[in-house]
Amino acid sequence: MSGKMTVVEGSYAIAHSVKVCRPNVISAYPITPQTHIVEDLSQFMADGEIPNCEYINVESEFSAISALIGASATGARTYSSTSSQGLELMHEVLFNASGMRLPIIMTVVNRAVSAPISIWNDHQDSISQRDTGWIQLYAENIQEMSDMTAQAFKIAEDKDVMLPAMVCMDGFILSHVFEPVVLLEQELTDEFLPPYDPEHVLDTRNPLSFGTFADPSAYTEFRYLQQKGMDVALGKIEKAADDFKKIFGRYYGGLIEPYMAEDADILLMAMGSVVGTIKDVIDKARSQGIKVGLIKVRTFRPFPMEAIHSAVSDAAIVVTLDKNISIGLNEGALFTEVKSCLYNSDINVPVMGFMLGHGGRDIPMSTIQMIIDKAAQAIKSGIKIESEYADLRGELL
Amino acid sequence: MKEIRIHGRGGQGSVTAAELLAVAAFEDGKYSQAFPAFGVERRGAPIMAFTRINEQFIRLRSQIYEPDYVIVQDATLIETVDVASGAKPAGKILINTEFSPDTFDLDTEAEVITIDATRIALDIIGRPIVNTILLGAFAGATGEIKVKSIQNAVEQRFPGKVGEKNSQAVLEAYNRMGAGQ
Repeated sequence: MSGKMTVVEGSYAIAHSVKVCRPNVISAYPITPQTHIVEDLSQFMADGEIPNCEYINVESEFSAISALIGASATGARTYSSTSSQGLELMHEVLFNASGMRLPIIMTVVNRAVSAPISIWNDHQDSISQRDTGWIQLYAENIQEMSDMTAQAFKIAEDKDVMLPAMVCMDGFILSHVFEPVVLLEQELTDEFLPPYDPEHVLDTRNPLSFGTFADPSAYTEFRYLQQKGMDVALGKIEKAADDFKKIFGRYYGGLIEPYMAEDADILLMAMGSVVGTIKDVIDKARSQGIKVGLIKVRTFRPFPMEAIHSAVSDAAIVVTLDKNISIGLNEGALFTEVKSCLYNSDINVPVMGFMLGHGGRDIPMSTIQMIIDKAAQAIKSGIKIESEYADLRGELL
Repeated sequence: MKEIRIHGRGGQGSVTAAELLAVAAFEDGKYSQAFPAFGVERRGAPIMAFTRINEQFIRLRSQIYEPDYVIVQDATLIETVDVASGAKPAGKILINTEFSPDTFDLDTEAEVITIDATRIALDIIGRPIVNTILLGAFAGATGEIKVKSIQNAVEQRFPGKVGEKNSQAVLEAYNRMGAGQ
């Protein structure tokens, strides 16, 4: 890895990344659920380390994202961070940000939603915002998350994309971990990320309307064009990863990252920090001759259909791991999407889904090993249960 | 990879201890990872913090179930928490107590080591905060980490007089472990 590593808390590394991306407006609600990210940014502001920036301390998450919509429309580079219930409170406003094509960047520190009350990690909060028109990226570790934050600004602000983006990191597991990381260098970040230069801005000297009325004769076309922006974003996510690699020397895959996937019979698919644990289990299983591999999904929206098609075509079984559930369907979101993306293709590979790690339940290597064992069994005797919890405690039921 | 589990009570600085251990290990030229198992955040509640130390970057994100080393900040925890759970037979369990190891009837093959860190803390720092001192003892008892790296991490984290005193206490604990071997 290039650059000088230092041991810092995950939240600090992300705050640092935001700082060197030169935001103009940061808005956040500083009460639970919140993390050290906005606390550290607030400290940077107080220390005069973020020039040309305003930090708006608001009274709710709803206000935080609303303030950024106004700021972003004037051409400011904008940032916020939230979690769980805070993100859910933003729900209504998230549609406005994407519908008005404002490239707001928000770190979602993934945490479970209540009730029952939980402060711990899962992906239910961001997955529940799936259809709000925001790009959703997921990171495996602090370095990837730091780097992805800068990439997100570049992707979102591309004039052919112009969509807001959530960059998602696992709460506590990543937000509170201390590990060695190369903090983004200001000079290199400036080289990577040009200033935000939108084509249209709110300006009293040249009045325009944003988010205005669209009657039935025009509404559909707004949605269609948002989807076009997402389509373009697929290529821009890959390009941002490539550009980043040229400048910083680090790369984690574009839309997906395959790991030991080429000759894998059993192909696991997952997002977020559990990917690291899975890689360790795969190394162990490979040393015992089990042909298992992994597809790390880095972008959930836009969903990388074509990349997944080519990645899974030679596998005997695909197994998704989800830290979320659609109650009433009994499926995690990745499972649903992967099945859906394979259905009308000429790839005929069975897909099994496991839900795990909800509400912060720890995911030890043994849980992943059990999933691999079940997949191996399903190759032999067919899939008996399509989707189930991998770590259900029967004794509590 | 070496895995360390720290047991303490909220307010005793277990998370800071795990962090300082990771910083010191990194200074020793190794990769490291430290993280807490957060419960309900209140003073006095039993909490755990974890540190991993490895030659390569650490990808594993689970909690630690089979620790090479266990550090117990508060011996009264032993009544309610199975601090020896999963400890490797060749591992070590370091307990802050005035009593000797055979006082504790732990269900483990790991070696139990005790140090009166509270006494050292009161004598040198003047407050019964033992987290940094136990790291000095850890360095002495295990040889996994240079005591100088622990001292540097402590002094960096707590600048000024507080850091100096903690650093001195770290060295004292380290020396006591060395003398016992």
